[in-house]
Amino acid sequence: MQKPILKLEGFSKHFLLHEQDKVIPSSHGVNLEAYAGKLTALIGPTGAGKSSVLNGVYRTYLPSSGSILYKTKDERCVDLATADEHQILDLRRHEIGFVTQFLRFLPRQATQDVVAQPLCRKGVSYEVALSRSQEMLAAMNIPERLWSVSPATFSGGEKQRVNLARGLIAKPRLLLLDEPTASLDPKTTDAVVELIKDLKAEGSALVAIFHDPSLVERMADDVVALTPPQQIEKKSEKI
Amino acid sequence: MKKVLEVDGLSKIYGKGCSQCAQLTGPDCDTNICPQCGSVVAAHDLSFDLYEGEILGIIGESGSGKSTAVKTLYFDEEPTAGSATFYDGQTKHDLFELNKAQQRHLANHRFGMVYQNPHLGLNFGISAGGNIAERLLMSGERSYSTIRARATALLTRTEVLPERMDELPKNFSGGMQQRVQIAKALAIEPPLLFLDEVTTGLDLSVQASILDLILEIQQELKTSMVVVTHDLGVIRLLAGRTMVMKYGRIIESGLTDQILEDPQHAYTQRLVASSL
Repeated sequence: MQKPILKLEGFSKHFLLHEQDKVIPSSHGVNLEAYAGKLTALIGPTGAGKSSVLNGVYRTYLPSSGSILYKTKDERCVDLATADEHQILDLRRHEIGFVTQFLRFLPRQATQDVVAQPLCRKGVSYEVALSRSQEMLAAMNIPERLWSVSPATFSGGEKQRVNLARGLIAKPRLLLLDEPTASLDPKTTDAVVELIKDLKAEGSALVAIFHDPSLVERMADDVVALTPPQQIEKKSEKI
Repeated sequence: MKKVLEVDGLSKIYGKGCSQCAQLTGPDCDTNICPQCGSVVAAHDLSFDLYEGEILGIIGESGSGKSTAVKTLYFDEEPTAGSATFYDGQTKHDLFELNKAQQRHLANHRFGMVYQNPHLGLNFGISAGGNIAERLLMSGERSYSTIRARATALLTRTEVLPERMDELPKNFSGGMQQRVQIAKALAIEPPLLFLDEVTTGLDLSVQASILDLILEIQQELKTSMVVVTHDLGVIRLLAGRTMVMKYGRIIESGLTDQILEDPQHAYTQRLVASSL
């Protein structure tokens, strides 16, 4: 039987807000597995902690408890919840990609460079990265006249397409997608579905949040449903 | 990945110090002045490392000890305790065990420093080109034409008009002075560069172009950098990892996106919540 490359066991995340003396619960007791060549969909109502799971795997959030076991390309097992920061940075550079809901980019950087960046970081030459970036932008239906300007002035849908192009370009072994098609038109959504299928066919593992049930149906191999957490607690009452 | 710098237990106390300095100061005591002896505990027990090509951010309010940390590493200040190891290819230098001459040699040949105040980093009595030449001379370069060509190239790289290289730094704007300072620091292509509030006080568009320059340099030369700032935007833009300091202590450290999105310490939460 195929072994997962990512395995979350009892993953929980809550936020402790010192100023307000509050604990905001988010994800709770999440178990999840991701396999090479497959897409695991995370579903559940808003506030169920779906994004927190992805942020925890990428370590933008520090997990509160549980383990996030990841098997690297060279077959090492790393607990992303506790791994050393240098190791996380290295994995982000070479193996793990994250397409968030919002595009983050350096100011004044051309769109084609924003997209090319993950490849450059991997050590690919700028020229090669740039031509791949242009292919991706074309596949995402971003008009060529926009390639050399900063995405700062782009519409929400355009930014999301740029974000996807950047997330998919380096073909990460593990790709985390947070509502990748939320503000896309049907035609672009179809293009994205195709690109994601290609990525799966090449052996990447994907964990994705979708709100649209039809997309889950089209793309997901596994589904993990999260439920919303309990009420917001007072820190002092909890202890 | 290669480690460039390892700092362990670095402390700096201004004043005579006493046995209780460490216990009676810090974020929990809300002061960095020891109530027993009146000494200022500028930095206490700082430990961190830096890898090749990495930018480490140190953030904190005025008086948090962030500048003290880099000043001891650049030998501007002598630490009270602690050790720092600089890994230079096959050799490893125990920074605080070196004698003055060895320290100067290292600062001249392998380190670069850019200060907030250009008066600290530049000699205002000589021209911009002369400042760069001075650093090249200190690192052993002797040929006039090589020095001249190198200074021209560096000023061009940092977008200072080479035609102005024979002018005194006082004729330049603040942003230009900062560029000359960066050119001077980079003259010897140091593997390790310290940047202390380099964009503070500059206007926004100038800040942006200096930050662009720093990023380009990091990508071109794979320079390892320690960036000290109180500006969260600078950290977000430049640093992969960040340490948060308060009253001389590191209160939190982690991946920069984690520090900004999921800060753990009450002070960091306040800092992030109050940034524009």
